[in-house]
Amino acid sequence: MAESMLRVENLTKKYNGFTAVDHVSFEIKKGEVVGLVGPNGAGKTTIIHILLSLLNPDEGQVKIFGKNFAKNEDEILSKLNFAGPYSSLPYNLTPEENLLIFSLLYGFKDAKARSEALLEEFQLTKFRKRKSGSLSSGEQMRLSLAKAFLNNPKLLLLDEPTAFLDPSAAKEMRERICQKMKETNGAILWTSHNMKEIEKICDRILFLFKGKIITQGTPRELMEKFNKPDLEEVFIHLAGQNNKI
Amino acid sequence: MNYLKIQGIFLRNIFLLKRSWHRIFSIFYWTTLELFLWGFITKWLEGISAGRTVNFTVILLGALIFWDLFNRAQQSIAVSFMEDVWSRNLINIFIAPISIKELVSGLALISIFQGFLTFATMILLASLLYAFPAFQLGIYLIPFLINIFIFGWTLGLFTIGLIIRFGPSLDILAFSMPMLFYPLSAVFYPLSVLPVFLQKIAILIPTMHLFEGMRFVLANGTISLPHLLWAVSLNLVYFTLGIMFFYWMIRVAKKRGLIGRLVTD
Repeated sequence: MAESMLRVENLTKKYNGFTAVDHVSFEIKKGEVVGLVGPNGAGKTTIIHILLSLLNPDEGQVKIFGKNFAKNEDEILSKLNFAGPYSSLPYNLTPEENLLIFSLLYGFKDAKARSEALLEEFQLTKFRKRKSGSLSSGEQMRLSLAKAFLNNPKLLLLDEPTAFLDPSAAKEMRERICQKMKETNGAILWTSHNMKEIEKICDRILFLFKGKIITQGTPRELMEKFNKPDLEEVFIHLAGQNNKI
Repeated sequence: MNYLKIQGIFLRNIFLLKRSWHRIFSIFYWTTLELFLWGFITKWLEGISAGRTVNFTVILLGALIFWDLFNRAQQSIAVSFMEDVWSRNLINIFIAPISIKELVSGLALISIFQGFLTFATMILLASLLYAFPAFQLGIYLIPFLINIFIFGWTLGLFTIGLIIRFGPSLDILAFSMPMLFYPLSAVFYPLSVLPVFLQKIAILIPTMHLFEGMRFVLANGTISLPHLLWAVSLNLVYFTLGIMFFYWMIRVAKKRGLIGRLVTD
């Protein structure tokens, strides 16, 4: 049986009486890519922020790599990483400087060599001396991913990683992420509104609505269960049906 | 000219103002502060008896240089933190395996580095242009510098804590927090110029003891132990409170989801 990378039990978060996450439980195993989908305000980003320890849950437990996050924060954070469109690297520094700084923050003794390898691997060498803010969205996302793969994460959390990318850059990004995760045999929790992307990439999907997981399964299972030709139709069906409730 | 468009621009700023207590506060505070500051300086200058020699170069330039150093110590901490908020890098910092102690130590180090650059430049220029006797404070310079940095860091920690709690719209504090202590710090005039009730409050401010102490050294050539002890004791208390406040605000932020909002607001 594959090793558990992330186990979430009964996770609940309320803000001023509004329940953003409502008794959510799920597990992600080694090598799995799990999609967390749902309409705006469903609680996806709240869950991601809890998993990153940016936010404390009101109830429930998070175990990453089989360990309690609160008690093993440093160890867990050194094997975990994140990329999302609302989190960028300092735009007034160059990719070379940014990757060197984060190599140091992740405690790499060979920080210079690590950052050089990432520049090469993510094809950022020719932009290394340019300010990160002057790079295109695709190049900036590549830089964010280089930072996200800096510590060869065993668990990668991606919050709409292709949101601002054109289709070709998004495709390139997806392929790069999948290839890297195969190499490291890590697991991914991937949120997106692009159902084609989710269908293609994810082994399993958790459908979140108003803070609750209302259904889950492989893309094929969900399409069969709701008798829809693709995942986008499943999404529209589920969101529409639950909005009426 | 279309008056509706002018009204639109005016209202846009009024709406912003009415929901922002710190913007309203800043309208009144800075002018009041300037008035008090120059009022006290004037009062002091008028009180200097004829025939008494006061070395204004040393007193005023020395005070300015030390006040600037204090500003730099606070701003280096607070503005360095804000750089990560402005560039939406804060989440990356918070999810890196870096402890609060390491974060604060890194910020303190940049504060020392920038502070010394500022200090060296000002001392050099003041010496060259105005014959400022830079090392008249001698060995006593060291405890003054250490205490100025520590109070600057303390205010830096309070500033960051408040910005985490109330959001990036409070970023003006990153630049102006020391100014809140300007009139009571007796930077350019002796404590005795202040009204008695303000003197009682000023006793609780480390910078007042540092500037009074500095003037004492310049006038008497020896250190004022009571002022130094006051400054050290107050700094110990405030720095401890600053660290505790910062940790508390991080806990509040994690409970209320404020770190994520800092980069999206």
